[in-house]
Amino acid sequence: MTQHVDLLIIGAGPAGMAAALAAAPSAISIAIIDDNPLPGGQIWRDGPQARLSASARQMRARLQRHGNIQLHSASKVVAFAGTKRLLLENAEEGWVLAYDKLIVCTGARELLLPFPGWSLPGVTGAGALQALIKGGLPVAGERIVIAGSGPLLLAAAATAKKNGAEVVRIAEQASLGDVARFGAGLWRWPNKMIQALDLASGVYRTSAHVLAASGVDRLEAVRVQLGDRVHEIACDRLACGFGLVPNVEIATALGCRIEHRAIFVDQWQASSVADHYAAGECSGFGGSELALVEGRIAGLAALGQRAQARKLWPERKHWQNFADRLNRAFALNPALKKLAKPDTLVCRCEDVPYAELANHSSWTAAKLNTRCGMGACQGRICATAGQTLLGWEPPQLRPPFSPARIATLACLDEDVA
Amino acid sequence: MPELSIDGQPFRFAQGTTVAAALMSSGDRCSRTSVSGQRRAPLCGMGICQECRVNIDGLRRLACQTICREGMQVQTRS
Amino acid sequence: MIQGHAADVIIIGGGIIGAACANELTSHGLDVLVLDCQRPAATAAGMGHLVVLDHSPAELALGEYSVRLWRELAPQMPDNCAMRNNGTLWLACNEEEMAEAERKHSALSAFGLGCELMTGEALAHGEPSLRPGLFGALKVSGDGILYAPNAARWLLQRQPERVHQQQAQVVEVQGNRVLLASGQWLKATAVVLASGIYAGELCADLPLQAKKGHLLITDRYPAQISHTLVELGYVTSAHKGNGPSVAFNVQQRPTGQLFVGSSRQFDNHDPAVDAAMLGRMLRRAMEFLPGLGGLNGIRSWTGFRSASPDGQPLIGEHPTQPGLWLAVGHEGLGVTTATGTAKLLAAQLLRNPPPTALQAHLNAYLPQRFIGACAHA
Repeated sequence: MTQHVDLLIIGAGPAGMAAALAAAPSAISIAIIDDNPLPGGQIWRDGPQARLSASARQMRARLQRHGNIQLHSASKVVAFAGTKRLLLENAEEGWVLAYDKLIVCTGARELLLPFPGWSLPGVTGAGALQALIKGGLPVAGERIVIAGSGPLLLAAAATAKKNGAEVVRIAEQASLGDVARFGAGLWRWPNKMIQALDLASGVYRTSAHVLAASGVDRLEAVRVQLGDRVHEIACDRLACGFGLVPNVEIATALGCRIEHRAIFVDQWQASSVADHYAAGECSGFGGSELALVEGRIAGLAALGQRAQARKLWPERKHWQNFADRLNRAFALNPALKKLAKPDTLVCRCEDVPYAELANHSSWTAAKLNTRCGMGACQGRICATAGQTLLGWEPPQLRPPFSPARIATLACLDEDVA
Repeated sequence: MPELSIDGQPFRFAQGTTVAAALMSSGDRCSRTSVSGQRRAPLCGMGICQECRVNIDGLRRLACQTICREGMQVQTRS
Repeated sequence: MIQGHAADVIIIGGGIIGAACANELTSHGLDVLVLDCQRPAATAAGMGHLVVLDHSPAELALGEYSVRLWRELAPQMPDNCAMRNNGTLWLACNEEEMAEAERKHSALSAFGLGCELMTGEALAHGEPSLRPGLFGALKVSGDGILYAPNAARWLLQRQPERVHQQQAQVVEVQGNRVLLASGQWLKATAVVLASGIYAGELCADLPLQAKKGHLLITDRYPAQISHTLVELGYVTSAHKGNGPSVAFNVQQRPTGQLFVGSSRQFDNHDPAVDAAMLGRMLRRAMEFLPGLGGLNGIRSWTGFRSASPDGQPLIGEHPTQPGLWLAVGHEGLGVTTATGTAKLLAAQLLRNPPPTALQAHLNAYLPQRFIGACAHA
């Protein structure tokens, strides 16, 4: 029942696809497992309202041409199943996959921070809104406020506008100086960004952040701090994301060292665990170009093709510089840590308000006494917020890594015993 | 156009639409009822937050990572 | 550095046993200092199943008395303690297990416990999620469940002027004196050791063994089952012997979540979830509740039960260390028997007569069974 592959790649975004394509010519057996219905990750998410770039379409086509790459879409990693074995699940079944080498390309998620009204229907993340629109959410004629931080706000605005929404405000928390220095310092501002900024002109504001969302059954208005003034904006949707958080949970469970909230990797994209590599946003942010080159290096290094991998170092260095600038420019304003009021829910799975958490000294104490983080997301939202707001170390993830059918977990029995 | 059911109401969808997008454009545009009784809608759109977990043909699944299929029975209140 | 009198009683461990002892001792007018170092322990890891077991008359007496005390406390407990008197169903798969149900029925009835035997049909009617074809069951009506971390917290907060809590690690105990990791010595009239699995670190002569267990909790699926369901294989076969074993044990929390157990491993001190054991435990659970397979599990974890050689706790003064009192070795029944343990310990410590319910079995709980001259006599 246990299957085996030479190389397992978790995540079919740019890094995972690049890793698979780099390793494919060696003819080893490769499996890519990805929890989305289609490959591409977040940036190349496909759907009825998505317009995939030519390069993304090409990569997908190349993946299909390699007979030694099996792509398991809509499948997720559920648990550690012993040394170099993982338990996987899709809509129909669970199974154990054994591997010799692993490349973790689990990407990043948005940093979502609690503020009054953030649990109202109509409020989503910023990248979330983009993903939902690509997946077919109609937004034509809707008034949308986009808030938070980073280039993702512009990308979300562009997708919303293309699909007929009226983006009434983009509130970037970073200062104009920081954003301008970021822009001016780039010798190559990605084309998409320029277009997005063009589209956003007139509504883009820096040193601006959300204060609260309001409405009865769903969002009706947003209060935004603009410099020293407070504006109330009537709207249908608020898309709010404060940057990215690397998805390190699976790597952590596999024993990989985490540094600065990302998977630590060396120059070969190797993690602290032998035969386990990481590439893309989960090992530090830098956008799709950095993810692509890291993926290629990881794919080659996993095969032992170090000479070829080394040739890609200068390219990686170039995109890392871009990433460093990005992270400096969009550092979070400490005022954002004070948005939650005593009755603002922090844990949305268990409906635990901020006031209940503030009585406790650590994540563990808060969890045991308030149920915070005991819900289905295993603290991915609230523990990440708690780390940012209160400086609490997030918990070690327990299996299953995300909710999984008990019938799937029972597969651990016959395969390991 | 293919059709599925959301809380017993028919919903017609374009091929490739996610169940999350379908939920957000029909009924009360929500996906679940929280522990304290609030209605909630998809939040992260990428399989992390679990706000969009719904019953699809009897199993609890994430709407944002599921593509609409003809005849699917989706329930947001169970 | 020696400090004077820190409190009438110092309790080491703020889990369910320590908290119940603190609550009991303060009700007799004593001032208590509870030292806890917040290490992961059984109160947080366990199921919170209030269940009367009857491997021995002493176990039955302590369990019955303790659950009765819990039920008396229930009306005063806050909602977040999630106390419910849902009863336990002991499931029999075959004739042999039904015979065990009947034996148990006689034993419990003789003790005055409310219990009834159920036929296979009655069981299928009462718990329709169970697989068809089970032989029957014994229903024990007085059993219940609670959420032990909050129950412990509540017990510690009932008399705030008398219970003082300090986050500190005790590194040495000498009779009625304790040494903190900070280098400070604290002294009291009595010291109560109630630190569960960690008690052996402070008292080398305790005959305690760790038994590792796994648990899993599901997402919320209300109204799947009504009682706590336990297989009788638990007593007849599954958990016998010293090898790793699993047994079906499921309860529905007031949240609507299902709590799925159980496993037992000796000689395994690794707190990590053991994938094979988890899988085996869940496969066993699915044999009884086939619908479980389609429900989502959201978290699994492990804990350690601190077990004595005869399975009964050690309650009483340490035979060779006057001033040091033991409340340890409760194995999987710490939550169940915390209330009775506290009453007995307080009576011993204050030289009062022991609770009537326990009088016939006092020697069965004494540390002298294993420690000191009497143990070898």
